[in-house]
Amino acid sequence: MTFLFDLMAQGVQMLLVLALAPLLIGFIRKMKARLLRRKGPPIIQPWRDLIRLLRKEVVLAENASWLYRSAPYLIFAMTWVAASLAPTFATGLMFSWSADLIAIIALLGSARFFLALAGMDIGTSFGGIGSSREAMFGSLAEPATIMIVFTVSYIAGTTQLSEIAAFMAANLELRASVGMALVGLLIVAIAENGRVPVDNPATHLELTMVHEAMVLEYSGRYLALIELASALKLLLYISLIACVFFPVGLATHDADLHTMAIGLGAYILKLAIGGGALALFETSTAKMRVFRVPDFLGAGLMLGLLATLLVFVTRNL
Amino acid sequence: MPLYLALICVGALLAVSVYAIVQRRNPDISRNVYRLCIALCGVLFLAAVMPRGAHVVSTTLPLGLPWIGMHFRIDVLSAFFLAVVNLGGAAASAYAIGYGAHEKDPMRVLPFYPAFLAGMNVVVLADDAFAFLVAWEFMSLASWALVLTHHHEAENRRAGFVYLLMASFGGFALLMAFGVLGGVGGAYDFASIRESTKEAWKSGLILALAMVGMGSKAGLAPLHIWLPLAHPAAPSHVSALMSGVMTKVAVYGFIRVVFDLLGPPAFWWSVEPMTFGAASALIGVLFATIQSDLKKLLAYSTIENIGIIFIALGLALAFKANGLALPAALAFTAALFHVFNHSLFKSLLFFGAGAVLSGSGERSIERLGGLIHSMPKTAFLFLGGCVAISALPPLNGFVSEWLVFQAILLSPSLPQWTVKLLVPAIGVALALSAALGAGCYIRAYGVAFLGRPRSEAARVAQDPDRWSLGTMAALLALCLLAGLLPSLLIDTISPAAKDFVGGRMPAQAELAWLSIAPIAQSRSSYNGLLVFVFILFSAYSAKWVIHKFGSSRSRRAPAWDCGYIEKSPTTQYTASSFAQPIRRTLGVIAFSVRERLDMPAPGEMRAARLSVDIKDRIFDYLYAPLTRAVETCASGLNILGLLSIQEYLALVFGALVFLLVLVAI
Amino acid sequence: MDLLTIDIAHVLAGALVLTSFMLLYQDRLSGLINIYTLHAVVLSLSVAWQAYYQDAPHLYVTAGIAVIFKAVIIPFSLRRIIERLRIHRTVEVVGGVGVTMLIGIFLTALSLVVMLPATASADPLAREDIAFALAIVLLGLLMMVTRRNAVSQIIGFMSLENGLILAAAGAHGMPLVVEISVAFSILIAFIVIGIFLFRIRERFDNVDLFELDRVRGGRS
Repeated sequence: MTFLFDLMAQGVQMLLVLALAPLLIGFIRKMKARLLRRKGPPIIQPWRDLIRLLRKEVVLAENASWLYRSAPYLIFAMTWVAASLAPTFATGLMFSWSADLIAIIALLGSARFFLALAGMDIGTSFGGIGSSREAMFGSLAEPATIMIVFTVSYIAGTTQLSEIAAFMAANLELRASVGMALVGLLIVAIAENGRVPVDNPATHLELTMVHEAMVLEYSGRYLALIELASALKLLLYISLIACVFFPVGLATHDADLHTMAIGLGAYILKLAIGGGALALFETSTAKMRVFRVPDFLGAGLMLGLLATLLVFVTRNL
Repeated sequence: MPLYLALICVGALLAVSVYAIVQRRNPDISRNVYRLCIALCGVLFLAAVMPRGAHVVSTTLPLGLPWIGMHFRIDVLSAFFLAVVNLGGAAASAYAIGYGAHEKDPMRVLPFYPAFLAGMNVVVLADDAFAFLVAWEFMSLASWALVLTHHHEAENRRAGFVYLLMASFGGFALLMAFGVLGGVGGAYDFASIRESTKEAWKSGLILALAMVGMGSKAGLAPLHIWLPLAHPAAPSHVSALMSGVMTKVAVYGFIRVVFDLLGPPAFWWSVEPMTFGAASALIGVLFATIQSDLKKLLAYSTIENIGIIFIALGLALAFKANGLALPAALAFTAALFHVFNHSLFKSLLFFGAGAVLSGSGERSIERLGGLIHSMPKTAFLFLGGCVAISALPPLNGFVSEWLVFQAILLSPSLPQWTVKLLVPAIGVALALSAALGAGCYIRAYGVAFLGRPRSEAARVAQDPDRWSLGTMAALLALCLLAGLLPSLLIDTISPAAKDFVGGRMPAQAELAWLSIAPIAQSRSSYNGLLVFVFILFSAYSAKWVIHKFGSSRSRRAPAWDCGYIEKSPTTQYTASSFAQPIRRTLGVIAFSVRERLDMPAPGEMRAARLSVDIKDRIFDYLYAPLTRAVETCASGLNILGLLSIQEYLALVFGALVFLLVLVAI
Repeated sequence: MDLLTIDIAHVLAGALVLTSFMLLYQDRLSGLINIYTLHAVVLSLSVAWQAYYQDAPHLYVTAGIAVIFKAVIIPFSLRRIIERLRIHRTVEVVGGVGVTMLIGIFLTALSLVVMLPATASADPLAREDIAFALAIVLLGLLMMVTRRNAVSQIIGFMSLENGLILAAAGAHGMPLVVEISVAFSILIAFIVIGIFLFRIRERFDNVDLFELDRVRGGRS
């Protein structure tokens, strides 16, 4: 019975992240529109777009290979698995131990690997430009993330996200290194998800675009899958930040339904706050030149490194 | 029993060399030699994995120095490396049955190839300094001869020269190392070396010499300069052996000397392997990222992976020195796991590069492209290799790197502040090199295999024969297996960890769902199998749902490219333009890149030019002054040639008296 | 001791180190002055918290001096100086930000390695304050070494001095008289350097120290 309940909780989480991810995107768009005193599309709009795309016929370039056709499924599957293994409303779900924080980051790395390859498959110059820049951003963002992982797990003594969340909730301690890690992770999250100042998710046809350049040739269901994957990635980053730095209201896997419902409410609230903050930040900054981005990410990397060093300076010396 | 079997096989390998020379007129000689090599490597592999009666088996053969003989021994570590060497050897031989047919002058390969295999095997089996060094030099010379297979090209002759120079330098350092190890008593078999006590300064000296000697063969920066020249110069199956296997023999030598012969470590021993390992990882991957020769790229990436192995070994030393058995075992296991992994996927990638080379005749990825259409099977297998080496789950490269990270995360338990703060810095180097490695293989695969063909040769290229494809498929299957079921391999390695660092990781095979948890599941765990199953399940269920409820129609049309695609394939992103962002951001520090743009004024009709200068700083600052110093010394010594006989005698006499005085004091 | 009190002191000291890194990273002169102001504010907060935690009223005076001089008067006059020199829009050419930051991190690690084992018997707060203070001093020195512009060198010097004050506050205080005299000497040094700046500028039409070096006949 417990087994079945655990399995159900894990299944619920998988479907929950899938359902919430496009809504999060819709919410951010709505917020941005409201901040610019526009009315904006309804929050449900990204789901409508996705369903429409799924129903459409795919137009493939003449020289598209099998890699190009299977990459969207792989990218989507890897991101989805990563997103459903991170704690959202409850910790210690049935399969959460099958990938720790490092493995989740690496799964996103796998998804990026295939996305960048897919961008180069047709042999267009836009695809190449996107892949090349994605590779550069990735090679700076990933070490920054790993440094933040180091900080967090030096403090908590584990790389299991559920355990980290439990530790952070139980041992409340203000630490300079945690603050730096948080800022570093925010920087990485902005860069990894291609938000403004690094990339603009709202435009095509701009010479500085990165993510959109890679997926330029995709259409129909393939495009829908990739869009869904990038929404999931944003959701995953917000859940990561929420569960590591703000583990308030998280239920445990053996809690009763009532606590789980509270956890779910807290999670949705955190997503809304995260999305709102992102919208506010995006409307108040301008996009950077591409070659300023390494500086931006470098700052994230330095913050991570500094945070790791300062872990060793604590009140428990 | 396994030891005798192994030694007989080594003898048989040498006999195959002779057979190749005797039967050189035989048209089937190439196939026969490689078939024999497969069989012998297979038997050697079995000898390595078969249960041994005793924990350690040793013997003495009446060879070499009279009255003393040569000592041989198999313990858990030699058995592990014996398995790695012969797995790689068997794979290379199987691949060569097909690939060897392309060789124009097979007699430059066949006699040396079995000898090379024999040399590597003997290094792993040797149990005294004499046998070790003889086998080491034998291995070096045989591989040098193989590097010179295509000696008509000036570049290869230069590679051979540099290799010979570095190999003799490394051999000399090893000779010194064993000299100091043996001490005044002249103990030369490993058993008595192990017994003897060493002073601290001597240990430091031996460590440095071992780093130089083994590191120069393994390709540790800054002694790596020969490697990217020599490895690609050999035929591809030999390149695979050199990169995938011979470097591991050097790692074996390092472990044997530092973890076994040198006795209990001090904590500062760890600093050297870790820092040089981190430097190698970064330098290797940065140079790999800007190469356009596929085989050279792979050779540089070998340097990166050797760096990772040395980082893990350094960590193991640090933990072992402080008596932290469990973390030491974790780091040591990670190192050996990566040894195994790298031998698999580097061989696979070199075989793929060989297939590209024989299929299209092109080595430069700038002239390839679109091979996924003309060589679909190779493309699939090469992709698997790329994913594995880029440390991406669910393949095996990720597992070993994950284990190294787990070991790094245990560093706060180290009492010394220097090491405690050094380890996270090493960690950032490791993370950076892993991420850059992924970028590097995106570039290599994307430019060579994807896009549109940049030359006619790439358009009409063809998949290689069954043997080559079969070997590559088998290697990929092993990579997948090691990635999905790492617990089996970890449990195989743990006896070695028990013997060499004094601890073992908890048995992994008993954990639920075949996952791995180095310390405890509440600390960290990873389950490659489940992750793989989840990915497949999600991908297929997404496909099923979409095809059922959405649409499954598709049609082909010209590429969009924001309006119009230029037909010429030269408008694609090239390999050097792909590397440009990384070259710009990291290149200035790493290899003093200078970009010069010659932009004609408006109205002028000549073309704009962008030229990029890349310098290897290590070469400029380390080797160039060294060469100059050697030249100066040599021209100074020229005076000696002009002395009269009497003056010569006086010189020799003086030296004799000087030595006698030294002895007297 | 209340744990939260210690935590806040720790976070403030950590923030001061971070601000030093921001100084190292910033290449715009006006931005540099803003960050310096922030540096001074964080310092005085940190010192004031130390005053509360050690129950040492004279440290409140130190904090007050820091706010008045370093966060108000000096930034204000610096801003006037660069405006009168017409260099307030200058973007300094800082070679290799990445390398400088790496060296900075190395220096921070170094000061931790040196200070933490050496002060093993002191109470945790004093230990970390001293370790951080050494890091700030070293970072200030690094800034003075890597910058060519005289104004940013002054800022580097003053951030170094902030580090000293942090150390003094953490190590249970130096007497108030010393502090006031330090503050005044800094001010006097500042005035002297300011006058010099104008003189240099009158002579050479530039405050780039490389130019000075060339005039002196050094390496160009």
